[in-house]
Amino acid sequence: MLYRETGQIKTDYKSDMAMFPIAQDRWFIYGCVAVAVIGLPLFASSYIIEAFLIPILIWSLAALSLNMLLGYCGQLSLGHGAFMAVGAYAAYNFATRIPELNIFIVFILAGLCAAAVSVLFGLPSMRIKGFYLAVSTLAAQFVIEWVFSTVTWFSGDNAMGTVDTPAIVIFGYKLESSIDLYMFCLVINIVLFVLAKNLVRGSVGRSWMAIRDMDVAASVIGIRLLPAKLLAFGVSGFYAGVAGAMYAFVYLKACDITSFDLFQSFNILFMVIIGGMGSVMGAYFGAAFILLLPIVLNITFQTFFATSGFAGLVSNIEHMVFGGLIMFFLIVEPLGLARLWSTAKEKLRLWPFPH
Amino acid sequence: MFVLEVFISGLLSGVMYSLVALGFVLIFKASGVFNFAQGAMVLLAALTFVRFIEMGIPLWLAAIMTFGVMIVLAIFIERFLLRPLVNQPLITLFMLTIGLNYFLEGLAQAVWDAEVHGLDIGIEDVPWVGLEQATGLLISMFDVISALIAMGLVIILSIVFNKTKVGRALRAVSNDHQAAMSVGIPLNRIWVIVWAMSGLVALVAGALWGTRLGVQFSLSIVALKALPVLILGGFNSIMGAIVAGLIIGASEKLGEVFLGPYVGGGIESFFPYVLAMMVLFWRPQGLFGDVIIERV
Repeated sequence: MLYRETGQIKTDYKSDMAMFPIAQDRWFIYGCVAVAVIGLPLFASSYIIEAFLIPILIWSLAALSLNMLLGYCGQLSLGHGAFMAVGAYAAYNFATRIPELNIFIVFILAGLCAAAVSVLFGLPSMRIKGFYLAVSTLAAQFVIEWVFSTVTWFSGDNAMGTVDTPAIVIFGYKLESSIDLYMFCLVINIVLFVLAKNLVRGSVGRSWMAIRDMDVAASVIGIRLLPAKLLAFGVSGFYAGVAGAMYAFVYLKACDITSFDLFQSFNILFMVIIGGMGSVMGAYFGAAFILLLPIVLNITFQTFFATSGFAGLVSNIEHMVFGGLIMFFLIVEPLGLARLWSTAKEKLRLWPFPH
Repeated sequence: MFVLEVFISGLLSGVMYSLVALGFVLIFKASGVFNFAQGAMVLLAALTFVRFIEMGIPLWLAAIMTFGVMIVLAIFIERFLLRPLVNQPLITLFMLTIGLNYFLEGLAQAVWDAEVHGLDIGIEDVPWVGLEQATGLLISMFDVISALIAMGLVIILSIVFNKTKVGRALRAVSNDHQAAMSVGIPLNRIWVIVWAMSGLVALVAGALWGTRLGVQFSLSIVALKALPVLILGGFNSIMGAIVAGLIIGASEKLGEVFLGPYVGGGIESFFPYVLAMMVLFWRPQGLFGDVIIERV
């Protein structure tokens, strides 16, 4: 009734290739953007913005980055935490060594650095596939962690290894309040998401999907495997680098290699798989789920067991519930939250007359 | 002489990596699943074992009881996790084992506790006096004995895999699930057996590593050390796990001693991965893995 494309006639090529061909989808997206741009800054407290919204924006970008590589091109990487670190440290070095650079240029350069590193570690993908590749991307994680903790030049010759990032200044205006920072993240996030959405539905995305489904077949129909795979690694690295720079500049306000460790790489993977592989929207769902779940669990357990005094036990049970919920979700919906979303849309299309 | 000492102690510590890698290989061989939870299984087995011993149960009985716990765990995993996910893509199953990893880490520490436990299985970590007098090499007795135990385990597993009826069924399943089912091999029971076997391997690895490091949370991170061993040897070769373990152990120690000082040290953490990656360029399926044949 409400969600139906009947009567929406496409009269030119432009409307045929629109990003959201169904008007209801379009309105929904406009609504979401309006809420994100106007509604949330008006009503959310600065605590909610800093503790929930900004991390979700940043991590959804990271999840999107891995999703393009894993969900679209089928190359599993366990080194994305490290690629984020490359972006963060590159942004720090550009921003402190060349202070007159515009912050957006700094972020783009940081993304390009991360892309270069990512392509370098993507080179084995021409020979190695599947889990072998996953484990060899772990090499990226460990090598990069080691480089940043050993070579102190990257952290401004600071012996501690942790350095504060400079404040973000756009055309002379210094971003300080949480709403400023939120808007900054939101703009970058929306721009990169629109780019990604267009990339994956164009010829590049199609060649990635062909490689994901069967790379031998893809090469038979004329897709050049190595350039396409390296492009996937590059684009993914760029997104990871920008996400890492944002994480360091906006959220942590510091560069610290320990906040980009292997567990972050796994967290990104969780987000992609829970959110749904091969879905741009899934990145938001996954990031929100993985970030909010531990907080919800923590609050729930605190209210129930606050007086019992078994702090260690409670944290272990939280661990169990977290793992258990991930397993539960995989069993109930192996294709992720994005799949639930599209099933709901299918159902809605026929509602209220499903036959 | 020093080089030889480093080399041998590297080889012996490599055997310990092989032990953990074996657990991965077993499950990969029989189901194609890359079991990320192997580290947590090592932790769970070691914690259960050490707590049973602390209750005053004799060593052999504690070992058998822990093995029993691992079998029960295998049954639960098969019934509640693997069975509903038959025919799902492997990445989903891989993800499932990451969830399982969290679950088991929490479970192990919730049921027992998160303290560091000393584990004494009757082998002392002292230099082998006889060898030292004969050749002047300082090699830990404990390393030698754990290497022997690992050898024994590998021989037993090879016999089980190659000579028994269960082993034949396991190899059939690893070749082709559907074909194996169509000739009447009960897939579910095979999976329980495989997970129980890798539980046994986890127990042995946990006991040996636990004696060395103390039984604590960091045991589950030992699994990360086994991953380069795994890709170097090939995911589906028991022999590969052993040989690659030796190579990784020796080269890691030698690399740290001879290359480390030039680049600032600490390369032990990633050297095995880089080494394994180099080898993969040359042989993408690892040293001993089955050659991957792809058809459209």
